[in-house]
Amino acid sequence: MDQFVINLIFVGASFALYIGIAIWARAGSTSDFYAASRGVNPIVNGAATAADWMSAASFIGMAGLIAFVGYGNSTFLMGWTGGYVLLAMLLAPYLRKFGRFTVPDFIGDRYYSSTARTLAIISLLVASITYVIGQMTGAGVAFSRFLEVDNTTGLLIAAATVFAYSVLGGMKGITYTQLAQYCVLIIAYTIPAIFISLQLTGNPLPQLGLFSTHTGSGQPLLQTLNEVLVELGFNDYTGHHGSTLNMVLFTLSLMIGTAGLPHVIIRFFTVPKVSDARKSAGWALVFIALLYTVAPAVGAMARLNIITTIFPNGVQEQPLAYDNKPDWMANWEQTGLLAFEDKNGDGFIQYYNDGNAPAFADELGWEGNEMVTFNRDILVLANPEIAQLPGWVIGLIAAGGLAAALSTAAGLLLAISSAISHDLIKSMLNPNISEKGELMAARISMAFAIALATYLGLNPPGFAAQTVALAFGLAASSLFPAIMMGIFSKKMNSAGAVAGMIVGLGSTVLYIFTYLGWFFIPGTNMLANTPDNWIFGISPLSFGAVGATLNFAAAFIVNKLTGDAPAEIQEMVEGIRVPKGAGGAVAH
Amino acid sequence: MSDKSRGAYWSANLRIIGISLVIWALVSFGFAIILRPLLSGIPVGGTDLGFWFAQQGSILTFIVLIFNYTRYMNKLDREYGVEE
Repeated sequence: MDQFVINLIFVGASFALYIGIAIWARAGSTSDFYAASRGVNPIVNGAATAADWMSAASFIGMAGLIAFVGYGNSTFLMGWTGGYVLLAMLLAPYLRKFGRFTVPDFIGDRYYSSTARTLAIISLLVASITYVIGQMTGAGVAFSRFLEVDNTTGLLIAAATVFAYSVLGGMKGITYTQLAQYCVLIIAYTIPAIFISLQLTGNPLPQLGLFSTHTGSGQPLLQTLNEVLVELGFNDYTGHHGSTLNMVLFTLSLMIGTAGLPHVIIRFFTVPKVSDARKSAGWALVFIALLYTVAPAVGAMARLNIITTIFPNGVQEQPLAYDNKPDWMANWEQTGLLAFEDKNGDGFIQYYNDGNAPAFADELGWEGNEMVTFNRDILVLANPEIAQLPGWVIGLIAAGGLAAALSTAAGLLLAISSAISHDLIKSMLNPNISEKGELMAARISMAFAIALATYLGLNPPGFAAQTVALAFGLAASSLFPAIMMGIFSKKMNSAGAVAGMIVGLGSTVLYIFTYLGWFFIPGTNMLANTPDNWIFGISPLSFGAVGATLNFAAAFIVNKLTGDAPAEIQEMVEGIRVPKGAGGAVAH
Repeated sequence: MSDKSRGAYWSANLRIIGISLVIWALVSFGFAIILRPLLSGIPVGGTDLGFWFAQQGSILTFIVLIFNYTRYMNKLDREYGVEE
């Protein structure tokens, strides 16, 4: 069967499933729409959270991030999982007990302040909108690659599908489609990984294969990888290169940012009990770990696979002839994501680090690295072809990549629309709106959010890639400290929280814009974005943890100067700290 | 619930969170990054223990920490009669 037809069947069947679930899980009330009526089983919520969390970037990009840097990018693995420990112990159970629908809801009520609520709404909207752009573009790319439609058509199909199940079903529809999407994406990710691990090490578990003996060389896989990389002038794979302080801060920023991202937090509002919120965070991490422990194995194995494909007889022997290259290289060459240039005109492909060329390069007549483009995102997508797996596996990867993009987009869109309909309209502009009116407002804001995300996906601002730093920075430096202090410091008052959020947000945005340009406009950065210019070697991406620290410090100083929170607020915080009496959804 | 048992419940919660976060930091920032040179003598499949913690061990520890916390808190909730 033609590969196109196979892809169409897989993607079409998965989409039909999502829409079917949406019709089954229609939302009838605002509680349905915002929190699935708090009736979601904690394990189901764990899987839905995992799908919500793992975006197109995790599914497609993670293995590539690790493959081309090695040990240094373990920061992503630890940062994007360690945040769940913070969520489980510091935020989720208490927010579930509080029993409202959104993050600004908590911040506004806890700090009895519409300024605090507004700051939370702004942080939420900026973080979620910047995040959703990447998901829509990711879905568009996956469509155009696998279904041979142009990017725009692909994006519109994706938007229409998300529209169908999120406007109709709200959180309820999104939860059960995310469960289905998790199953699709984890199967799609694991199957090729198992085959590659078997081929390279004979061990079916990639997590163990990574530390096993490489059957081709008879020594440990990572040792072989280190040796060939160093021989070709690259950094060794397992070595520590770069600043230790920056690595620690970057990991910490990702952890705090993960815990503070609103679209993740609201998932824990859907479970019936406080104890379920704790348990659900554990299950979410189990489901995430299934992918995140496989990704580094896929990365290392794919990197070694590529090098042994190009140098079948060892790096100082004759490399692969351009005319004999495997089909997957030819396929990806057509997309421009992989490109060769025969610099010395010998008809063979030389792949090495020409910035640190090995001594034998000159003797062998190499005149520069000839694999001039290797987009790291193609690793996972090309994996089934590299491992010569059957066509249905490629169809599965197509469906999996789309599932990852759509599930994250839907979660973000819900966070955006509930901030508009619940926090902006119901809490601030029109408190007398009826239940029916608010549900309609929620659906309209969802439709509006999808239209905005689609527009931004079609016309991505040039800075799209860098804004993810902003999303994590905002979540880490403003939302996380405000929520945490709201629970753990019952005396914290509104002036302290507002000062903290302003200082945290302000310092983080200032630091990011200093190096990446004001509003990411190229050329407006005040200092070049190089490690020499960074204060104490802290990159703009790692600043979230520093911003969070400044937030805590400012909040405590201002709180000391302005007196403690009123007694009834302190009493409310005491109530949040014990699970008893959480009950059902509480509208206010 | 009296103020006294409320206080005791909360300090027990803070203690388990504190212990968990020490381990959380130790495996990730410690073993995987800062203390990695000290662990370099312990080989694991072609590399060292620190690398294993950075790419596998810390994630597995995080899972154990959350489930351990959940179990401990469920017990604590029952002891103080604040479960749902």
